Amino acid sequence: MNTVHAETMSVAHDVHDHSRHGHHKESFLTKYIFSQDHKTIGKQFLITGMIWAIIGGLFSVLFRLQLGYPDETFPILETFFGKWAKGGRIQPEFYYALITIHGTVLVFFVLTAGLSGTFANILIPLQIGARDMASPFLNMLSYWFFFLASVVMLSSIFISTGPAATGWTMYPPLSALPLASEGSKLGADLWLISMALFIVSSLLGGLNYITTVLNMRTKGMSMTRLPLTVWAMFFTAVLGVLSFPVLLSGAILLLFDRNLGTSFYLDQIYINGVVLPNEGGSAILYQHLFWFLGHPEVYIILLPAMGMVSEILSVNSRKPIFGYTAMLGSMFAICVLAFLVWAHHMFVTGLNPFLGAIFVLLTLLIAIPSAVKVFNWLTTIWRGNIRFTPAMLFAIGFVSLFISGGLTGIFLGNSTIDIHLHDTMFVVAHFHIVMGVASMFGMFAGIYHWFPKMYGRYMNTTLAYIHFWVTLVGAYLIFWPMHYQGLAGMPRRYLDKSGWVSFSQFGELDKMITVVSIVVFAVQLMFVFNFFYSIFKGRKVTNPNPWGANTLEWTTPINPGHGNWPGEIPEVHRWPYDYGKDGRDFIPQTEPISPKESVTHKTEVKPA
Amino acid sequence: MQTFFIIAILVLGFLITFQIAKASEYVAVLRGEEQTRKQSNKINAFLMLLFLIVGLIGVYYCNEKLNGKILGEPASDHGVLIDNMIKITLVITLVVFFITQILLFWFAFRYQESDKRKAYYYPHNNNLEIIWTTIPALALSVLIGFGLYYWFKITGPAPKDAMVVEVVGSQFKWEYRYPGKDGILGKKYFKYIDETRNNPLGQIWEDSANHDDIYITGEDLYLVVNKPVKMIINAKDVVHDVGLVHFRMKMDAVPGMPTTMWFTPTKTTKQMREETGNANFVYEISCDQMCGRGHTSMRGTIQVVTQEEFDAWLASKKPQYLRANPDKDPSVKKDSSNVKDIAAVMTN
Ligand code: HEM
Ligand SMILES: [Cu+2]
Ligand SMILES: [Cu+2]
Repeated sequence: MNTVHAETMSVAHDVHDHSRHGHHKESFLTKYIFSQDHKTIGKQFLITGMIWAIIGGLFSVLFRLQLGYPDETFPILETFFGKWAKGGRIQPEFYYALITIHGTVLVFFVLTAGLSGTFANILIPLQIGARDMASPFLNMLSYWFFFLASVVMLSSIFISTGPAATGWTMYPPLSALPLASEGSKLGADLWLISMALFIVSSLLGGLNYITTVLNMRTKGMSMTRLPLTVWAMFFTAVLGVLSFPVLLSGAILLLFDRNLGTSFYLDQIYINGVVLPNEGGSAILYQHLFWFLGHPEVYIILLPAMGMVSEILSVNSRKPIFGYTAMLGSMFAICVLAFLVWAHHMFVTGLNPFLGAIFVLLTLLIAIPSAVKVFNWLTTIWRGNIRFTPAMLFAIGFVSLFISGGLTGIFLGNSTIDIHLHDTMFVVAHFHIVMGVASMFGMFAGIYHWFPKMYGRYMNTTLAYIHFWVTLVGAYLIFWPMHYQGLAGMPRRYLDKSGWVSFSQFGELDKMITVVSIVVFAVQLMFVFNFFYSIFKGRKVTNPNPWGANTLEWTTPINPGHGNWPGEIPEVHRWPYDYGKDGRDFIPQTEPISPKESVTHKTEVKPA
Repeated sequence: MQTFFIIAILVLGFLITFQIAKASEYVAVLRGEEQTRKQSNKINAFLMLLFLIVGLIGVYYCNEKLNGKILGEPASDHGVLIDNMIKITLVITLVVFFITQILLFWFAFRYQESDKRKAYYYPHNNNLEIIWTTIPALALSVLIGFGLYYWFKITGPAPKDAMVVEVVGSQFKWEYRYPGKDGILGKKYFKYIDETRNNPLGQIWEDSANHDDIYITGEDLYLVVNKPVKMIINAKDVVHDVGLVHFRMKMDAVPGMPTTMWFTPTKTTKQMREETGNANFVYEISCDQMCGRGHTSMRGTIQVVTQEEFDAWLASKKPQYLRANPDKDPSVKKDSSNVKDIAAVMTN
């Protein structure tokens, strides 16, 4: 019913479009800035995200410099940062500001907005066969709220007391009390306001994605014929819509505590010689609210990458994705469980041990759907005919990193072990591999794969290969040995270990990590260069379907205009993964099933 | 200077790479894209295999280099359980790690594009899905089973004979309180905190349980070997965390909400010095929860000693009650007898 309805609607839209044809000139402003075209909005998310990635990455190089060379001075830092790097040394407040902004920006602005904002926007309408989002206007607002959030966050970096400096998790009372740290002055308010704007952006986006997927699919595109990318974006949006409001309320209560004298998170505090009047709040309440978003958030970051990787692995192995239904089922399981495990970040906060036990059980359950996904990916490339496009390389890298990081999650998810490993470098290594680097790999894979669709040109492949190999090797060199620091109990967020008997044995290692991270950062700059250079000077795409893929986005013209298909929207007759079927390299979704075709997949005519 | 040098080298390297990359694109167009693609496909497939082999060697090498630096034997009963759990998990995860990574990179190499092979159309197989849902489920059940068994042992109630000590975190120091002879920590209230009047914890002097409580800061915390200790943990200002790496224990210190943890130290500081061959060894308390500017240096130290040594040490400490209320202190009142007191100490 739904799909038929959608079809008539889009046909109407189509006619309408054509009738306007003559006077359809868009000004620069409506075409590139306040655009309502989902493709342009996607690019806006992407480029804003890339700018943030460069800032966040640069910050990480700065604090790695401190970690690798705690005894040296870098006068150049003082030139740039003044009092924050007095005498060429990164001051503690500055160090904490750097890690806070690095974490916040990469988690939210790059890997949430930059990743799902970009690809949900570009891919959902194109892959389901819609001319645009359900509400192009809200979609545009979604970007501009993100832009506002970015402006607020950016401005907080330049105020005299500096930006928030409490870690990306913003735990009160540290974040609630201006007395507690420089970063808890104006910087913390700006951080909270920025996050509130960001959440509005992500809710507007998410609601739009959900509505679009449910209502705007073209004729024949049943839910079980959706590419896994679209499913992943759909689940991501559902997670976001259900969990971000909780963070919003947490952030608002924190703003109240900071500015209106409430005591939601404050109780019995004596700080800097001052007795505060607040009583009756709970600092732990904030942690519950934060992680109720925070854990789903890590899947909000990961799922789009998983979806794109599934698609790219299948296309470039010239084989169907293995276990489409199991992939869907595992994504669904992950989404449900993602809401039920948040307290594994709080095993040592004084949580009731019995409750802790339940969270151990639920947390480790997540490893099952994760394992299913890994085995399905492995089987997908098994006996394929693999083309190592840059996208494919990053997809394979993603699987490798996801395995490594998922396995360390099994250590942390077991509360017994987490007593020792909580808040150590082990956690840092775990989440950087499984979320940070893996999702970045997913994002790179997506960019390389859909760049021809976005800009009608290719990115330079030689640079792409260098980018991949250096980043993969670098990521492992940086984060693999870091687990050992964590096993030694070395706490995270320490900027100098020389005063400690227990943690000072890793000086050489820290230097090595710093050097590698500078190299890796430089290579990312090379990627950024490749990206912008290729927009203007890249090799032109001549084949509308350069990868030989089945999905609908490749049935549009090479440079699709607003509305995506010049003529009618194509009709869909099959699932998107008929690669190598009946001896044919690929069969696009738009091709009707011929009576002679073998029946092997259950979304085809009848079950096998 | 050095910085500029590095930047110059990076820029130069980048320019060269870029020229090569551009040239190779032209060559590709000249030689036919199909041809070039096949060649780079071979190279990347080979690199996949190389990465696997070098990676596995790297994992081994990394372990050889770093394994010796991760603390060694735990120094508490709970530490043994935790290390056991790590070992069990390590065995299971390493098996999975090697199998999956080897398959991944081997498949990538083995099934690189070749004109001779056609990809195998293989969309699903429910039996396989069931197998690889069940096996992880079983493995995880084992981990959950051991994990929870240990978890309840560690977080269960402390033994009755456990010694009690209070640990209080604040920016950026640790303070401790022993309950004294009565074994009870006296009541306190944060509004009574007054450093100028020798009441840094806000003890309520009307509560007589406070009169023998001993307050310590800026020096070692003393614990008794083989005697369970129960820590009552809290914080004055922001969230801190009592991290005890050698005992493998950790618990947040939260303002307004006291937490507890207990364990039994099994090795004296002296023993550890011999074992580690480090004459300067001390047990350390690290603050493991980000608490502001001085987080990195929020360090406490612990001495684990025998019961006799502990008793002697504790006896040398004066209850905070007497410091805050000098009028109640017998040794202060008798001004004239001061000289005699000192003489007595000296002859002792
Ligand atoms: C097998 C699955 C996984 C398990 C059992 C697991 C378990 C855990 C646990 C228990 C922690 C808390 C550690 C601590 O603070 O002491 C943690 C931290 C974290 N995990 Fe995972 N994890 C898994 C997979 C993932 C995935 C897939 C992602 C992201 C895509 C992820 C992202 C994170 C992040 C960001 C943190 C740290 C947050 C912070 O404290 O700053 N984890 N994980
Ligand atoms: Cu989590
Ligand atoms: Cu701290």
